Amino acid sequence: MSGLEELGAGFLAAAVRVATPLLLAATGETVTERAGVINLGIEGMMLAGALAAALGASAAGPWTGMLAGLAAGTALALLFAAVVVGARGDQIITGTAVTLAAVGLTGMIYRQAYGTAGAGLDLPTLAALPIPGLRRIPVIGPAFFDQPAPTYLAILALPVVWWALFRTRAGLRLRATGESESMARAAGVRTDVVRAGATLIGGAFAGLAGATLVLAQVGTFAEKMTAGRGFVAIAIVVLGRWHPAGVGLAALLFGAATALQFLFQTLGWELPYQLFLMLPYALTLLALAGLVGRVRPPAGLAKD
Amino acid sequence: MPRRAWGIAAAALGLGLAVLAAGLTLAGYDAGAALTALWSGAFGSWYAFTSTTLVRAVPLILIGLGIALGFRAGVFNIGAEGQFYAGAIAATWVGLHVAALPAAVAIPAVWCAALLAGALWVAVPVGLRMRYGVLEVISTLLLNFVAEALVSYVVQGPLQERQGIYPQSDPIALSARLPVVPGTRLHAGLFLALGCAGVLWYLFARTRWGFMLRAVGAGARAAEVSGRIDSRRVTAQALLASGAIAGLAGGVEVSGVSYALYQNLSPGYGFTAIAVALLARLHPVGVVGAGLLFGALEAGAGAMQRDAGVPAVAVSVVEAVVLIVVVVAAAGVRRPGALHAPGFRRRAA
Repeated sequence: MSGLEELGAGFLAAAVRVATPLLLAATGETVTERAGVINLGIEGMMLAGALAAALGASAAGPWTGMLAGLAAGTALALLFAAVVVGARGDQIITGTAVTLAAVGLTGMIYRQAYGTAGAGLDLPTLAALPIPGLRRIPVIGPAFFDQPAPTYLAILALPVVWWALFRTRAGLRLRATGESESMARAAGVRTDVVRAGATLIGGAFAGLAGATLVLAQVGTFAEKMTAGRGFVAIAIVVLGRWHPAGVGLAALLFGAATALQFLFQTLGWELPYQLFLMLPYALTLLALAGLVGRVRPPAGLAKD
Repeated sequence: MPRRAWGIAAAALGLGLAVLAAGLTLAGYDAGAALTALWSGAFGSWYAFTSTTLVRAVPLILIGLGIALGFRAGVFNIGAEGQFYAGAIAATWVGLHVAALPAAVAIPAVWCAALLAGALWVAVPVGLRMRYGVLEVISTLLLNFVAEALVSYVVQGPLQERQGIYPQSDPIALSARLPVVPGTRLHAGLFLALGCAGVLWYLFARTRWGFMLRAVGAGARAAEVSGRIDSRRVTAQALLASGAIAGLAGGVEVSGVSYALYQNLSPGYGFTAIAVALLARLHPVGVVGAGLLFGALEAGAGAMQRDAGVPAVAVSVVEAVVLIVVVVAAAGVRRPGALHAPGFRRRAA
């Protein structure tokens, strides 16, 4: 492999790695927002998923951890759905509240389970699962086909969600609910069930995303470790224009912006590392501004 | 506040504490000891009350006022944390350069810098919303992370203390520090916060601008058509003012409490203040009361961590419950326009 090729492969692999949890969370949020619900609580659901995954994995292995993460995300989504769909509470504030609740609860449980030292947790993690043949493709191979299982899950989820949203009756009902709840209801759709279901799916994905962060990337849990990734996932949904294909690209773009840090380090360019911490957020803002007039959210988003 | 609002506020707080106690018990903590520590940390002594509860309440009242102002006009400023840090950075920079000036000049200079920095920081979301239709919920939120990274950079770069060892700034000039009540850490920023509450009460209740703010918050389209109000302009002004006040809070924290800049200067004031504003039903006098309550909670949280081994973040459970109760109560009766962002319905992105 030439030096340049190696550099490109490393960069792309890092981008995909960073993008994986974001992609999972954003895919779930796409489903939720298509049903007309914006869930700012996925930040908290990711965090809950991360802690549950750590607890589950240290008890019974990484796959139990993934399931525990999924369950924790779904449980918090149930709370969100009860307030937003059941009681018709404001979505933005409820989402903020759910995130705050998750910060408090994970802090409490984490301290009790692992003590104050904590950080040195030794969790069983998910190793890379190279796909024979495909992984030998230059540059693309190591980036997309030599990753832990959750990356494949995230990529496969995109066509599945696309098909479910745009090619099935349930998907049609879900999108109709998101465009105009009253019209959908008039057409016989049980819109409350649809919105609650879409919220739970979003929560399950967010929980998986948090679990991925712990079990396929960091290998440990820390307080507030999601550090705004859930909020970034919401921006990614907008960037991806509420479409699975766009969301996939937007997540990769965000991953690439973060991975620039590793690239610059390898190249030996000295820039303050905080610049790279800012870059993905700043870039997302720029990209959102660049979409002027060219995106249209589900018409019923965040209504009631 | 009407009687019903008091009832909801009390129920919200009571339920929040109950959920905290239940959570602590389930997680295996001694809930009784934790709540006792919480209480004594907040109200246990004159020193605790003045030096932690009131000191913590100051930024919460200020930021809460800013958020209430935004919500009244129907804009969701979830980026107060970032604006607070922008204000703190500017205040520190000015505070380091005013040693030669008397306090009567130095302190206003520090505060003005903080106010401006907060307004500048929120000017980006304002511009993005006005020109490109980017929703302020997302843009202000994203800028929080940019601000945190910026603080991390300046305390290890341009504003790092002279020896270059610790990630914090040098202490600001003596002339830029606020006077404190003798024997306590309570600083003059409390009067500023109370003064701001008074000014906002007057603005909301007695001026044309306050009326326009509410009209736009209740329904931008109606305000435009029947009131000939330039709703875009009012929205922009509300968001700018909201950010400026959050920035000021950062400046007050630096000039009154920390005297220096460092990371994690704010234990999440920007988010707690959302609960403050909503519990107060966006009323300035209510914000003072709710700010005191949450100040006590934050103060008690520190004591709880110290004395009962319960992490301080646990109190965000109380904040979450309060928010949910208030939201459900608001949805149950009628929806106050202020809790709904009209822009959010028509948004482009």
